[in-house]
Amino acid sequence: MNDLTPPAPAAGCSATPVLKERGQHEVFCGLTGIIWLHRKMQDAFFLVIGSRTCAHLLQSAAGVMIFAEPRFGTAILEESDLAGLADAHEELDREVSKLLSRRSDIRQLFLVGSCPSEVIKLDLARAAERLTQKHAPHVRVLNYSGSGIETTFTQGEDACLAAMVPVLPETDRRQLMLVGALPDVVEDQMLDLVRGMGIEDVCVLPAPRAEAEMGVGENTVYALTQPFLGDTHAALTRRGARHLPAPFPFGEEGTTAWLQAIAREFDVPQERFEAVTAAPRARARKAVARAAQPLDGKSVFFFPDSQLELPLARFLTRECGMQAVEVGAPFIHSTLMRDELALLPDGQVISEGQHVDKQLDRCRAASPDLTVCGLGLANPLEAEGLTTKWAIELVFTPVHFYEQAGDLASLFARPVRRKDLLQLEAAE
Amino acid sequence: MKLTVWTYEGPPHVGAMRVATAMKGLHYVLHAPQGDTYADLLFTMIERRNHRPPVTYTTFQARDLGSDTANLFKTAAQEAYDRFLPEAMIVGASCTAELIQDDPGGMAETMGLPVPVIPLELPSYQRKENFGADETLFQIVRALARPCEKTARPSVNLIGPTGLGFRHRDDITEITALLDDMGVDVNVAAPYGASPSDLTRLGAAHANVLMYPETGEAACRWMERELSLPFTKVVPIGVGATHDFVRELAGLLGITPRLNESRLRLPWYSASVDSTYLTGKRVFIFGDGTHAMAMARVARDEMGFEVVGLGCYNREMARPLRAMARDYGVEALITDDYLEVERAIEAAAPEMILGTQMERHTAKRLGIPCAVISAPVHVQDFPARYSPVMGLEGANVLFDTLVHPLVMGLEEHLLTMFREDFEFHDAAGPSHHGGHAPLAVGGSEGPAPHTPRGISEPEKIEPAPGGEVIWLTDAERELRKVPFFVRGKARRNTEAFAAERGVAEISVETLYEAKAHYAR
Repeated sequence: MNDLTPPAPAAGCSATPVLKERGQHEVFCGLTGIIWLHRKMQDAFFLVIGSRTCAHLLQSAAGVMIFAEPRFGTAILEESDLAGLADAHEELDREVSKLLSRRSDIRQLFLVGSCPSEVIKLDLARAAERLTQKHAPHVRVLNYSGSGIETTFTQGEDACLAAMVPVLPETDRRQLMLVGALPDVVEDQMLDLVRGMGIEDVCVLPAPRAEAEMGVGENTVYALTQPFLGDTHAALTRRGARHLPAPFPFGEEGTTAWLQAIAREFDVPQERFEAVTAAPRARARKAVARAAQPLDGKSVFFFPDSQLELPLARFLTRECGMQAVEVGAPFIHSTLMRDELALLPDGQVISEGQHVDKQLDRCRAASPDLTVCGLGLANPLEAEGLTTKWAIELVFTPVHFYEQAGDLASLFARPVRRKDLLQLEAAE
Repeated sequence: MKLTVWTYEGPPHVGAMRVATAMKGLHYVLHAPQGDTYADLLFTMIERRNHRPPVTYTTFQARDLGSDTANLFKTAAQEAYDRFLPEAMIVGASCTAELIQDDPGGMAETMGLPVPVIPLELPSYQRKENFGADETLFQIVRALARPCEKTARPSVNLIGPTGLGFRHRDDITEITALLDDMGVDVNVAAPYGASPSDLTRLGAAHANVLMYPETGEAACRWMERELSLPFTKVVPIGVGATHDFVRELAGLLGITPRLNESRLRLPWYSASVDSTYLTGKRVFIFGDGTHAMAMARVARDEMGFEVVGLGCYNREMARPLRAMARDYGVEALITDDYLEVERAIEAAAPEMILGTQMERHTAKRLGIPCAVISAPVHVQDFPARYSPVMGLEGANVLFDTLVHPLVMGLEEHLLTMFREDFEFHDAAGPSHHGGHAPLAVGGSEGPAPHTPRGISEPEKIEPAPGGEVIWLTDAERELRKVPFFVRGKARRNTEAFAAERGVAEISVETLYEAKAHYAR
């Protein structure tokens, strides 16, 4: 369809054996997804049923994001709730009624399961049904689990979206659904590109509001903008929708390939595709070339965090001239990652899961130029002399599609540049 | 169940982590699900530690539930020992592991590790972070401290400073220097900087300095009973308290109280005429019990403020705080619900808030100056510079901390007052940059009125709900001259005054009658 894409490597990583590890995982649980999901879905409230630990986690992760009335909270289980289960449901109903009477603007309420509520087997699915009936039609109550025992970090978004799919209305419309929560500015660019190719019937999951008209059915095709949406992918397939496999829209190459998959499906003429993408592609290439200079020839090591690792490693190796040492992901969905693995040059370790101490040993031995890891590891590794990029920022910052490609490269380049700039040791 | 958004304290196992991270040579094996490692970043980011907290998590997942979790625990404990070779280990469960009842203590015992393994029972569904720290230190001390020969010179242990403690790092330095001036050595500071082997020497001291009751009291009480170590009850925050502390400790040790005041500046700064405007400033104080109570004394007796509210979030300190609040003629507020604190602040209408991060945000919302005096705190309250709150340098630090937001408040007020002044507005530019910027050509109207930032934004003066009381234009204009940080209160008072007397319209007269009526 176009001749500008760099050729795929001879083999790629499709056949590379994946190192699977068990042990201590230094990762967030799925509850963390609430922090960005609640900003995206403006009429939703996320009620975690959990312990003080869960509330403390949300607070620590939300950091300075203090809102007059944040649309999330934790119903903290107390001693009495653990004594008898019947009681817990009454308690939950009471807290929900209290909450909804205070917040009349709420249209969707998510009961979010946590480790404690899963372990005591509190039936939140039943609670959601009961509460939906009680508060219909004003409020729709759904449930999903963001527990650490079941979900890692961004999988919380997957679980949330997957819970929404079964209740979407049925539609026969031939439409394109774009799945994954993106920053508003990125979402607008994405929609402009897609509509620019002449595709009019487009919807985005999650929508900013519950009443946004959206259905799903056999004539729906969907593309994923985020790599961590395995369960949502399965739920959409169950509703008869068809997936458009593609690399994820990071960098110029990823964005173009992602758009191409859609263009192919909707028979967009080559000239039109070129007209829409040529200018932003050139811009993206220029921006990346400039921003990625400090990264050229450097090595990178990814600790598992968000499932964005493989697409990002592909971007860094193919567009920024880096060499990957190890790419760790909390979970690798072989179907969704097929295109990414095919593009990723061979030669690095690909690992799934984690044994953090062993992985740290490998990282120290490799002494990479840049280590992408969580905040619990970043400062300790800096103190050991390694340069780090904390991974969580990649989930909160606009990084997808053409206009952000340069910013994405900068996120990785900045710590490398800073290392060169700082002269902290006394000259001798 | 209780709906919560912000919590003042984390769960008790975070308290145990604060003890473990503060120490060296101790390792904590925590039976916990994937995700509980979030607490690591409190230490590596907020406190900016350059090493990982010495905590190994078992990271069990859903598929492990059943019999496998016990094996996971044993493997994790063995691997942690083999890798880190600690002098001692503590083992325990987080809230989820508490529910699956694996008994980490019992399992660790059967493993026969060659170092002391101390089991922790931390009831996650009843207690909180401070209890976790206090109980953990107590259990470690109980397991390790033994009677031993006293040091030749008088010496004390510093008990209670932990990881993530508000200014604990510098308080240790300050108190150590203060003790040095008295001729008293520090035997062991624990848990901050101590190793398990250090804790075996606790008994060599002549007394304990209980720096923070929240995190050290249980250990001090045990050592008083078992090792005959008396401990200090006064926490040396503020000038008066530091004097009392020195006298108390000298009494315990049978030495002459001595305090080197050469660098103490709070008393003179507070006495100097520039501080007169601080007189009777209404302050609301909230935090952990220890800091809240210490600050109440500083605020009233050393700064000349009026304490209009006093409270704490940790129930463990409720009793002494209630007693103090009675003395100060205010009602004690014991709650861990930040919304309740917010309501109490609104009702008290203070001119300044001394509190935690949460109160800082409440203050921002209400447009009231605020200083942070207690955990929970954010990264900016783990400063690079030396900033104790204890001892005499601590008093200097407190003077600055308490005055700065007010000076800035006054500055904001002046800027607002003079914002329509012809030579003192945004567009005029700073006077030291070669005079004033030229007025816009044809600007017969003068510069465009600028919008003041943030808290100095003049609030809209709307008629009271129900239209009972109407503000006349003159009165409205007069009200705008009232400093912004008391304007809301002046408005409420005036409206209440008018409503009480059945006055339908507020004139300048009414405004000043009300002011006279409420004058203190």
